[in-house]
Amino acid sequence: MVGAAVSGRDRVLARVRAALGPDRGGAAGVPRDYRRGLGAERADVVALFTERVADLRVPVRHVGADELGTAVAAALWGREAKRIAVPAGLPYGWLADLDGVRALADVPPLDDAALAALDAVVTGCAAAVAETGAVVLDGGRGQGRRALARAPAHHLCVVHADQIAGTVPEALARLDPRRPLTWLGGTPGLEVLVVDQRLC
Amino acid sequence: MEAVRVALFVACYNDALFPGTGRAVVRLLERLGHRVDFPAAQTCCGQMHWTTGYRREAAALARAFTGVFDGAGAVVTPSASCAATVRASYAGIARAAGDPALAEAAGRLAVYELTEFLVDVLGVTDVGARFPHRVAYQPTCHALRGLGVGDRPLRLLASVRDLELVDLPAAEECCGFGGTFAVKNADVSVALAADKVRHVRATSADVLCALDNSCLAHIGGALSRLHAGVRVAHLAEILAGPEEG
Amino acid sequence: MSGAVPPAGTPPPPPPPPPRFADAAREALADPSVRRGLREATSAARAGAAGAVADSADWEELRAAGAAVRDRTLLDLDRYLEELEGAVVEAGGTVHWAVSAADAVRVVAGLVRAQGESGAAVADAPVLREIGLAGGLAAAGIAVLDAGAAAAVAVTGVDFMVAETGALVRSGGDAAPAPSAALVAVAGLEQAVPAWRDLEVFLQLLPRASGAGRTAARTVVWSGPVAGDGPAACHLVLVDNGRTRALADPVGRTALRCIGCEACLNVCPVYERTGPAAYGPGGAGPIGAVRVPLQRGVRGAHAASLPFASTLCGACADVCPVKIDLPGLLVHLRGEVVEARRDRPVPAPELAAMRAAAWTLAEPRRYEAALRRGARWGRLLARGGRIGRLPGRLGKWSDARDLPAPPAQSFRAWWGRR
Repeated sequence: MVGAAVSGRDRVLARVRAALGPDRGGAAGVPRDYRRGLGAERADVVALFTERVADLRVPVRHVGADELGTAVAAALWGREAKRIAVPAGLPYGWLADLDGVRALADVPPLDDAALAALDAVVTGCAAAVAETGAVVLDGGRGQGRRALARAPAHHLCVVHADQIAGTVPEALARLDPRRPLTWLGGTPGLEVLVVDQRLC
Repeated sequence: MEAVRVALFVACYNDALFPGTGRAVVRLLERLGHRVDFPAAQTCCGQMHWTTGYRREAAALARAFTGVFDGAGAVVTPSASCAATVRASYAGIARAAGDPALAEAAGRLAVYELTEFLVDVLGVTDVGARFPHRVAYQPTCHALRGLGVGDRPLRLLASVRDLELVDLPAAEECCGFGGTFAVKNADVSVALAADKVRHVRATSADVLCALDNSCLAHIGGALSRLHAGVRVAHLAEILAGPEEG
Repeated sequence: MSGAVPPAGTPPPPPPPPPRFADAAREALADPSVRRGLREATSAARAGAAGAVADSADWEELRAAGAAVRDRTLLDLDRYLEELEGAVVEAGGTVHWAVSAADAVRVVAGLVRAQGESGAAVADAPVLREIGLAGGLAAAGIAVLDAGAAAAVAVTGVDFMVAETGALVRSGGDAAPAPSAALVAVAGLEQAVPAWRDLEVFLQLLPRASGAGRTAARTVVWSGPVAGDGPAACHLVLVDNGRTRALADPVGRTALRCIGCEACLNVCPVYERTGPAAYGPGGAGPIGAVRVPLQRGVRGAHAASLPFASTLCGACADVCPVKIDLPGLLVHLRGEVVEARRDRPVPAPELAAMRAAAWTLAEPRRYEAALRRGARWGRLLARGGRIGRLPGRLGKWSDARDLPAPPAQSFRAWWGRR
């Protein structure tokens, strides 16, 4: 059985080599004249991010670091979320002002039935892109596993100002390709809180 | 400006079916004070053969074309698709035929579609024409995307006295002619013509003009079948004005 | 883990060859619902793409980079595929190679069964449609579940595979598959990109060209199994299915730059009228009309009809994010079709007519004689200054369109008397 798979490999590679022939010519270089950064006219990366998230019809609010707990509580209250899940490592302060909300830690992992019963999840992110309005999760601290970000009707994602890259090239340079990455754009149920400074 | 000597490539289908367009080009350029030659050995640029897949036949016609117009100076044609064939496709025809001399000969030619020649070479947009009708302009695919003539035809039309230019909705969509496509895929071709006709009629234009009589024959043929009361005319005929006698 | 393939059962009888485009298109045109649905879908995607492209300050630079990266990848595809395989295996995944569509379906079916499952969640993706996966799995007795269904095994297409890191990228699509046991990602050989950095080009080109906007709603990157997050096994099935045939054509291989955005479909006036079904299985629109004959050859009547399913209006080339010269490739393939038929013992009527036309046009005197003959015939056919019916194949023209009666004299006759 393994033999069959190996021979498929050899057959395909042999076909590729036969198709390309012995003289492949010199492949031309890649002209990378596109923009890597935003340039001076887009110095205010945070303002651009906020604008572009709103363009995706994703609710977005700009909050000071000391207002984050209140803002999280208010966003969940606004969605009438009673039962939420949070990933391991989410800073405790983000949930300090919750009232009447049951927050379940995803440790050990919640089962499918528990995920299906959630009203919301609250996560952080690994990076965000000002030019496109995307947020990127990589399964790291405060972000949780992929299943968490797919489950509920409401995903409240907290983005710190210093996590916002200007462009897609800048964001990719910050990310680790070996991690489980999920980029969210105009995803239904997404809501973004942009925080000015690090709380902790 | 000094008189320019122009070699006219009338295009085979204009020669046979739409000679009025060729006569209009002659009338217009002579009225502007230029001299028109018609190299009698010309026939066809090879477009139909090339786009239908007949590489060898297209190469033979392209060789004949470059032979006829070699050293002719400015070659002017009232056919955007033929101009685009010579400028954009001859390199491919030469490559497919393994004929670098053909590519070289094609590279020496200076072929202009009529409105390019008027605006870019002669530098005129007002050719002193009068045309008291309501006119819509169809930017044919070869003019629009093949040559990139842009707003040259519209600037020429805007300078024609008593002409009312009306906007054609969805103007940039193909009319469905497509050369042999019109016969090989006649049903889709006619479906596209039907939409083009609908848009033309919505403008209440008297005349639909373009830079390709082939597309105009397709749209005009559908308009005629429907007795739509809209006639089609090559832009050259509007700019040249009526023939005497 | 091994890329185990179970013994194939009795193969189903091969399906009848699909009809030629013109015949299938006639049927599609007769159905008003096809047209209405398509017009809305394509015009929305078209508007979305036009807006997102206009919004990009460096669209042309991104296109140039995208085309160059794809060309470079294709010219060293064997090396990148081996590098990719190594990186995927290092990340804990398994790579399978399928020469044909049937091989690919067999591999996927085997992977589902190897998990002890009788069903799998199957996403919608161009490569899965191309290999007929849903039908193939069903024929193999495997239940095909909705992409979003909770299942042990999920099958998805991917948009890009990064040779350098082994990352598999799926951009767009409503539901990201989330299987509990095994992810089966299927991709065409050409979907490899050399480096992680190259995604900075494609993750801008793809969403904008596809009409999604500046960014896709969801983009997922898999790099092998992750403890506690998602499936325990990741499989990558690499599909040839004629791609190496396309690669062998130095002109045609540029079609393999395709990143699957479908921008060319959304601007195609022919596709908007006929819909995908008229093109048959294997791909629709301008890119399908190019890829199917490139991957299968032009001997079959269906594949040979596809390069002619275009007016060559050029709208597709203008929007292609990797600058594929689609009209040029269609003309190239028309040439391949004609060349393949030249050696038939009895020439087709079209070949005879085209040869005769070229013979006439090659010599001004023959051409002039033909003009005079044509004018006489035309005057006989004309009624009221119009020709309403033409003989033979040209009757296809006159079924719905008049032709002006030929003039009393040709242009050259007028010029000669001047």
